[in-house]
Amino acid sequence: MNKETMKPEERQALVELLYQLADDDFILSFRGSEWLGLAPHIEEDVAFSSINQDMMGHASMYFRLLEELGEGDSDSIAHLRKPEQFRNAIILEEVNGPGTYLEKPDYDWAFAVVRNYFYAVAKQIRLESLRICSYEPLREAAKKILMEQYYHLMHWELWFKQLVTSTDEAKKRMTDAIQKVWKDFGGVLTLGPYYADIVKANLIEDEALLKKRWMNKMEAVFKEVGLDFPGAPRMERGNGRKGEHTSDLEGALSTLSEVYRANPAAGW
Amino acid sequence: MQAGVQFDQLTEEEKHQHFMDRINRGEKIEADDWMPEDYRMSLIRLIAMHGISEIMGALPEKEWVPKAPSLHRKLAIMAKVQDEMGHGQLLLRVAEDLMAPLGKNREDIMQDLFAKRLKFHNVFHMEAPTWGDAGMIAWLVDGAAIISQSMMLDSSYGPYARALKRICAEEVFHAQHGESIILALAEGTPEQRKLLQDALNRWWPSLIMFFGPKSAKETGNSHADKNIMYKIRTKTNEELRQEFFTKYVPRIWALGLTIPDETIHFDEEQQLWIYKDVDWNEFKQIVSGNGPRSANRLDLRKRSYDNNAWVREALAAKKAI
Ligand SMILES: [Fe+2]
Ligand SMILES: [Fe+2]
Repeated sequence: MNKETMKPEERQALVELLYQLADDDFILSFRGSEWLGLAPHIEEDVAFSSINQDMMGHASMYFRLLEELGEGDSDSIAHLRKPEQFRNAIILEEVNGPGTYLEKPDYDWAFAVVRNYFYAVAKQIRLESLRICSYEPLREAAKKILMEQYYHLMHWELWFKQLVTSTDEAKKRMTDAIQKVWKDFGGVLTLGPYYADIVKANLIEDEALLKKRWMNKMEAVFKEVGLDFPGAPRMERGNGRKGEHTSDLEGALSTLSEVYRANPAAGW
Repeated sequence: MQAGVQFDQLTEEEKHQHFMDRINRGEKIEADDWMPEDYRMSLIRLIAMHGISEIMGALPEKEWVPKAPSLHRKLAIMAKVQDEMGHGQLLLRVAEDLMAPLGKNREDIMQDLFAKRLKFHNVFHMEAPTWGDAGMIAWLVDGAAIISQSMMLDSSYGPYARALKRICAEEVFHAQHGESIILALAEGTPEQRKLLQDALNRWWPSLIMFFGPKSAKETGNSHADKNIMYKIRTKTNEELRQEFFTKYVPRIWALGLTIPDETIHFDEEQQLWIYKDVDWNEFKQIVSGNGPRSANRLDLRKRSYDNNAWVREALAAKKAI
């Protein structure tokens, strides 16, 4: 399938999927960038910021694909959309903890590790499935992204396993974070209202199949580290793929677009 | 082996002479080599301060990382700040090796920072209230850092010289990233130009201070002189400042910006830049941790250190197994 020959419903499905992929990476990378200088040690600060930078790069590859499909300039797509136009999962927009990245940030490392690890597993599965994508530019982008993603996954998996099997306090904080993330992680595992069209256009495999792969992987990991597997994650606060979001997203967007919005027509 | 045995039998004075002969011949000193305590302490002071400055230096720019005004700028500033943290990591490892024989480690460096015993560069105590400041820091602060670090590329201490080689290579990209932000603003709207001029006005006195006072008179210490004797550095503070003027004053003028010092000019006769000196008492106040943003930036570091104590404990427990 290509830009010229695709049917309107195929284009619609492709655009929806691209927004999901782009916004998930974009928003989580933004949350990660707020951690800068605050990670548990300097070595981790370097590694974490490298991962966030990669994720921002991935988001911008997807934004460029959207630009090619006529969705507008990639900077304005990233900076000027309203919250209800964003398609990221709600759990990815959640603040890192009390405080702001500028004043009194009491950020929670357990939450950062759990959210990033669960996301890295889901992202890996999604990217592997995109290898059969019928839209070549997306298939090619996924191939490139997968090369970096492999290291992200290893990084977070190591953190997850180390902390969850260490001191009682670490274990307690990690299980609390798992419970918190579980309430909304279902939002990452859905393809949203256009899911049937997305699958029909052979853009990615079936939602149920992708979700099952994620569940199987997590169940094995939980077993390995001696945790009870809590079953399917939920989507308590709404479906980001439908444009449902929390005020955390509004906060994120007003920060990340503050300078650009001052004059979108100017060169920055 | 024979030589080693003989070296152990030398008096302290002879060892010292042997050491000075080595550095005067241009040999590099390595971490495990014998060195005078005084040399070790000078290195620790310099390298720990440099390392922690890289890390604290990430904080003013951190303020602008999430806000950078395009995807391209977001990626560039993320990469830049990551480099700075990497520099900090590299340098702290060099400092840690020097501190090990004294029974000190990273923990001591952090505690010294929190207690304001370990100082960091004056520029990183200052406010960065606009995107113009993010550009100004990368262009002129990194530009100034390149000048002061390049002179130590041939430092008598091998591990420091090697770390600086890598750091300086990356600093060049930082200054280019800064220059690109500055050019975009300079060629932009009247508001953008004002943003830039205001940022220059704010940063100018800090940039003069960056290189340190002209002589020991102003601060009453002579670390710079000692570092020259030990061939850790090769130029005085004032020589570096003059180099900075020579490189950047014409560029600043070429952009149509005004330097907030009506007296600055190049005196052909003396072959020197004449400029308005700054208040060195204020400098002392700032580097002692009483600058406009010192408390906030130290709080960020301290808070993350405290909030993550459980993580360090958990990692230590895993290591012990
Ligand atoms: Fe640096
Ligand atoms: Fe730099």
